[in-house]
Amino acid sequence: MIKIDVDMSKCQHYGQCVFEAPQIFKLNEDDKLEFTATADDSERANVEAAIDVCPMQAISIVE
Amino acid sequence: MSEPVVIVGASMGGLRTAEALRRFGYDGAITVFGDEPHAPYNRPPLSKEVLAESVSHDAVAFEIRDSVADVNWVLGTRILSADLEHGTVTDDNFDVHPFSALVIATGLRPRRLHVANGDLRGRHAVRTLDDAIALRSELVPGARVVIVGAGFIGCEVAATARKLGCEVTIVAPGTHPMLRPLGAELAAEMQRRHEVEGVVFLMKREVTDFIGDTAIAGVLLDDGSTLDCDLLVEAIGSHENTEWLDGNDLDTSAGVLTSNNLRAVRSDGTEWENVFAVGDVARFPNPVYDGESRRIEHWNIPTETAKRVAQVFTGQANGEFRPIPSFWSDQYDNHLLAYGVLALADDIRLEDGDVSGDCVFGYYRGGRMVGVCGIGMRSVVQSYRANFV
Repeated sequence: MIKIDVDMSKCQHYGQCVFEAPQIFKLNEDDKLEFTATADDSERANVEAAIDVCPMQAISIVE
Repeated sequence: MSEPVVIVGASMGGLRTAEALRRFGYDGAITVFGDEPHAPYNRPPLSKEVLAESVSHDAVAFEIRDSVADVNWVLGTRILSADLEHGTVTDDNFDVHPFSALVIATGLRPRRLHVANGDLRGRHAVRTLDDAIALRSELVPGARVVIVGAGFIGCEVAATARKLGCEVTIVAPGTHPMLRPLGAELAAEMQRRHEVEGVVFLMKREVTDFIGDTAIAGVLLDDGSTLDCDLLVEAIGSHENTEWLDGNDLDTSAGVLTSNNLRAVRSDGTEWENVFAVGDVARFPNPVYDGESRRIEHWNIPTETAKRVAQVFTGQANGEFRPIPSFWSDQYDNHLLAYGVLALADDIRLEDGDVSGDCVFGYYRGGRMVGVCGIGMRSVVQSYRANFV
């Protein structure tokens, strides 16, 4: 399992992560980011791609 | 192939290329040259957070992952020239560095105004961290700021400067700010929102000279009028950093012309097998639109092009390279989000919302959607992205 953290003091809800890891990240109806804090190891590559495309660099995998 | 892969440019494109090469299995040496003293950092906050707060390099630096810990970072060093036939680059100490493959990631630098009385303090541009820190020290309450240029950078700096209590005037040759990317209706609305916040627009005007002895005290405009100021921000677009490639068989007329696989192209149309370009400086054809080669100055392009280069280099590229450009811009509480290339549109339609509030516009060419842009309504904007993937 991997543990995912989003620094909500940085997150500006741009939603770029949504297209890289749609199983983990989504924008809700208020355009706010929601995410799943734990995921199977098979999601690691997608989450790393989401980390790369986050404009605020707010996403991390907690090792 | 014992020589390293050399990446020239230590910003986002250079970093992402090094990371992607490791991710796709290249385990040989990598050297990255950067002319700035700083390790790679994120540029979007430069026109916003870095100007508004005391943000240092730490706050905007990209994380250096374990996968690229063994990359040789040569910072504060400018590459002066390249010899692609012999596979070398030469730095500003005249040391020659051989490469097995070269990745061009030198990006852009700001265009500057060239006027007779140009040698004055108080002139600024916003491209590097050091630029932003220098500008921040002068954005004090009551300072009279003239911004030349009404693109995204100029408008973001205007919004930040207003929030800091500066008096802001934008001078630009077009009819509305951000007109080319946004189209007339949305551009006019964004101008209105800036004016509500107190920004003065002098559109269809150009700066012809500066006033001042040692520091800038004003600007002279093309209608003969003058405008007093304490500082000037030049946000009039960019030049590609390609002069160091002069003398090689490349097309650098508007960035580095590459194939769809981002291999640099010779004048006879053949590809350099081991020379690639990424990020802002790469001019590549994107089949999402047409056969035309374009540079794309959007934040997601360094990451997308870096990944593609690593796939091509390691023999793992499949199909065409079809990145969807994406940009955003924050000005006051107006959060713009867009996908696609809006400037290609011949028809722009309001898709959702109300232009005076949150809204989404669709951008069409020949009846086909080529882009979408919204103020707010991000989930709606995102729902249109699938239309042009």
